[in-house]
Amino acid sequence: MDYNKRLDGRDFDELRPMEAKAGVIKKADGSAYFKMGNTVAYAAVYGPREMFPKFQQDPKKGVLRCNYNMMPFSGAGERVRPGPSRRSKEISAVTEKALSAVVDLTDSPNAVVDVYIELPQTDAGSRCCGINAAAIALADAGIIMKDIVAAVAIGHAGNKIVVDLNYEEEHLPHYLPGLDNEDVADIPVAIVPSTGEISLLQMDGIVHKEVLFKALHKAKAAAIQVNEVQRNALREKFSSSANDDDNGNGNNYSNDSNDDTDNNENNDDGFQN
Amino acid sequence: MGLLVKDKQVVVPGDVLADDLGFIPGFGTYRNNHNLVCSRLGLVNLEGKVVKIIPLSGKYLPRRNDIVVGRVFDILMAGWRVDINSPYSAVLSSKETPEFIERNEDLSRHFDLDDHLVCKVTNVTSQNLVDVSCRDQGLRKLRGGRILPVNTHKVPRIIGKKGSMVSMIKQATGCRIIVGQNGLVWIDGEPDKENIAVNAIRKIEEESHMPGLTDRMKTYLEEITGVKISLNEGDYNGLQ
Repeated sequence: MDYNKRLDGRDFDELRPMEAKAGVIKKADGSAYFKMGNTVAYAAVYGPREMFPKFQQDPKKGVLRCNYNMMPFSGAGERVRPGPSRRSKEISAVTEKALSAVVDLTDSPNAVVDVYIELPQTDAGSRCCGINAAAIALADAGIIMKDIVAAVAIGHAGNKIVVDLNYEEEHLPHYLPGLDNEDVADIPVAIVPSTGEISLLQMDGIVHKEVLFKALHKAKAAAIQVNEVQRNALREKFSSSANDDDNGNGNNYSNDSNDDTDNNENNDDGFQN
Repeated sequence: MGLLVKDKQVVVPGDVLADDLGFIPGFGTYRNNHNLVCSRLGLVNLEGKVVKIIPLSGKYLPRRNDIVVGRVFDILMAGWRVDINSPYSAVLSSKETPEFIERNEDLSRHFDLDDHLVCKVTNVTSQNLVDVSCRDQGLRKLRGGRILPVNTHKVPRIIGKKGSMVSMIKQATGCRIIVGQNGLVWIDGEPDKENIAVNAIRKIEEESHMPGLTDRMKTYLEEITGVKISLNEGDYNGLQ
């Protein structure tokens, strides 16, 4: 059976409405909020900081450590049992790998960057949403990284390729009895937008090779849309105060000749009595 | 095409800054084929052909000769371990104190746990092992006052050109102020004056990207304290 119209009325290429914000958690070194449809993720980044337990330190480069956590009340149905589960540990590990494709921690040997991803509300695509939030939070924390990773889930339902599935679509045979379980596949993909590299690729279900290639092609286009939202969230945080300036000088860091414009050269000692 | 961004523009990792070979990648940028790409969140800074990024966030990484404010959190065989508000802690050797310390002397008589001190970074290794020293003019234990954490990357703004900004606050409030490069500021004075100094420093942090900061701070401080401030940036030599 064919899947001709999406359950929530979106186009097959259309993402759920997205919303992002950087710097939402005051005490974290970097933080972000990312919302895709009804899935909400908060990410907090701490560090680089000293690595404990010490035997996990790497003297060559810093370590990225991710933690994915679905809150007990986050799902649509049953309460999610709190604490680490087999599923959340796996997702933490793949998130870590998806993000370490871009971050460069060679400047902080023996240190760790901790990323905590919390999901207060989920409706499919939570690992993608978590990666999107974490990527913004890492940039917000001033971590050196070559790009901001964007993730999106691509699905295959009936004979259609579907972008950014929601919960109903992940369980489509339940809602459209004509479909078989074999007709439905869910493929979360994380992409490094500037190079097109794929840093996360998982799949639930069965698809043909050609379908997978088509799906990845669509994933790239969708990831670029996600990435634009991520970038705007960061730009907004750091230029908002500059735009309040009634001098109309926008993002000017400083034109004041009285000030030391050479910010990066710390040739001033901060020392007075 | 050439340069794709304006000077002082906010850029995020992955932004293409220039798309030909006419520009040289500086701090916070890398080259990807023909493109010059940003690798750190910050503001673009153009210096001739060199494009670099002035970071807006991130932890303090110790550099040699930085003056930092630290907290003693462990006592070692022959020195102290000092928390310098960075991913890496520093070691203050017992030979690097203002007074001479006898062998087998109780080190906590000089610096005890949770004592704060001003010190200078003397050495940083490739693995970011940090040595600090208290053997220089003005480096010492801090008694009284309060510590205000600020964004490390705004420290040059708080100090101002040749210390103009901080000496203005000191003139207006009569507080003693030490600004550590690691983003810890020590303030000691009358309690209400300390509050004024704290507010002034917060204001600098928030408004540092806007032009006319010095003049604005001068009016702000004069209004609050009623003290007439004379701008004298020449008398600051780093160590007093």
